[in-house]
Amino acid sequence: MEMTQAKPKPSVGSKLVKHLKKKYQLWLLALPAIVYFIIFHYIPMYGVQIAFKDFIAFKGILGSPWVGFKHFERFFTSYQFGRLITNTLGISFYQLAVGFPAPIILALLLNQTKNQKYKKFIQTLTYAPHFISVVVMVGIILLFLSPQSGIINHMIAWTGLERINFMAEPAYFKTIYVFTGVWQSAGWGAVIYLASLSSISPSLYEAARIDGANKWHLIRYIDMPSIMPTAVILLIMNVGRIMNVGFQKTYLMQNPLNLESSEIIATYIYKVGLLDAQYSYSAAIGLFNTIINIILLVTVNRISRKVTETSLW
Amino acid sequence: MTKQKASTGASDKTVDIMIYIILGLIGLGVAYPLYFIIIASFSDPTMVNTGQVILLPKKTTFEGFALLFHHNDLWIGYRNTIIYALSGSGIGIIITMMVAYTLSIRDFKSGRFIMFFLMITLYFNGGLIPTYLWMKKINLTNTPFIMILLGSVSVFNIILARTFIRSSLSKELYEAAVIDGCTHFQYFFQIVLPLSKAIIAVLGLYYGVFHWNDYFRALIYLRDGELYPLQLFLRSILVEASADMELLDVEEVIKQQRLVELIKYGLIIVSSLPILMVYPFLQKYFVKGVMIGSVKG
Repeated sequence: MEMTQAKPKPSVGSKLVKHLKKKYQLWLLALPAIVYFIIFHYIPMYGVQIAFKDFIAFKGILGSPWVGFKHFERFFTSYQFGRLITNTLGISFYQLAVGFPAPIILALLLNQTKNQKYKKFIQTLTYAPHFISVVVMVGIILLFLSPQSGIINHMIAWTGLERINFMAEPAYFKTIYVFTGVWQSAGWGAVIYLASLSSISPSLYEAARIDGANKWHLIRYIDMPSIMPTAVILLIMNVGRIMNVGFQKTYLMQNPLNLESSEIIATYIYKVGLLDAQYSYSAAIGLFNTIINIILLVTVNRISRKVTETSLW
Repeated sequence: MTKQKASTGASDKTVDIMIYIILGLIGLGVAYPLYFIIIASFSDPTMVNTGQVILLPKKTTFEGFALLFHHNDLWIGYRNTIIYALSGSGIGIIITMMVAYTLSIRDFKSGRFIMFFLMITLYFNGGLIPTYLWMKKINLTNTPFIMILLGSVSVFNIILARTFIRSSLSKELYEAAVIDGCTHFQYFFQIVLPLSKAIIAVLGLYYGVFHWNDYFRALIYLRDGELYPLQLFLRSILVEASADMELLDVEEVIKQQRLVELIKYGLIIVSSLPILMVYPFLQKYFVKGVMIGSVKG
């Protein structure tokens, strides 16, 4: 750009040197992050190849022999396969159906509240559970649902009904998982929608009022369309993680009695991989999971770009 | 559009009232479990377990909290968690702010490449086993460093910080500084950092909560009880219900069980309180930071 352009064709090397001379400070500021992501994210990616090998500890990742799709075939034909897929997708779709709209509804309600103090109070209250750890959350679930001493069962008993051993019944697992999730995170999830609602110009509401719109119309025709882009983006991201049902909460809520409906891919990977030390098999299942996620993400993103003109990339 | 002017006034009021009531019920639904935990922690466990504690504590006792204070594991866990949270968040914030600044420079072409390099990790990762084997190979397993470093820099937070820097520091300010011969280092340390208190507070909250609440890494990578964070200790009492009885120094089994029940509620409070207490102080920064960050990701 400057006078140094006198040289007709600078080589790639000298261009690079020039670039680094000018920008080295920016690169240095980015360097810790780059190194960090190489060490903690990229090198483990390289280890994914053990999914196609029989990993032998003393031979290392490189030295272990290739076995092709052996571990994948084993997984696809195992009796666990159907159950794991059903549970993983089941919890995920259930969560999407209930957990996704919940913060939107909450945000729409909060946004239409005139009394700022009331709004603030409810808002602060509803996102408090977000800060509770998974362990504590599951602890609370177990305490409340306990068949003998839990308050939920006391209430059931007062109405004269039979006490329910919730955690021992596979049928209840997914519902407990999803609704406690709503309790914990709807308020927090509403924050982002409230942010986009707050950017709506008041004149839009006034104009609608003059046209005779009532409150319901305002919500339906102004609020909802205005949060659509945010909702679509979050939906795409949620779908892209559909196979990633939270390991932590599921694992903590599991017990031998509800395993039938609570064993998901993530918990299975942990058990097979770390507890049974079947490294290659477990890595293959993990890779399968990731690939499904990526396919879903790309597909949904493409559909969304066509239908709603909103997309991640 | 159909004209509904006549009905507007009345139906608005109805909708308003309905919104108030629904929100009130939601608030109650969220608050009651939290409230119950508080009153249960002060009540006699027999009263709690037989369903007699509903609105107010019964047979108030501080026995549970007193017992907790003598529980060594709890304090070891507390200490470890504080160490992990402070150092982990500190490193996370520094790395995040530095790279976010680089990415915020619009005419830095390579920034797009760096962004891409970071974003890939959101959708593709090695998975549990390859990560585990690598951590083992570089001897990070069963050390405090695994708790401080692994997974402690988040791409979402980097994007959040980048957006904040872009939108809160004007282009003119940057250009003026450049004309004055200001280097990137000077600009970053003397102008960007002092003006980014809001986003640093938000990052601190996010990273802090992550470290405070994390038990996954500990479950997988730690073997040595001395290194256990609070959450692993909580799991043994709250989820596995196997409190270390000898530390409680009681003989009869029934009484022991009663004590385990007694400390559960108190334990939930003692372990969650710090994080719930920090939040209000950060709230004013937090709302600002999140709002700016969410405008366009």
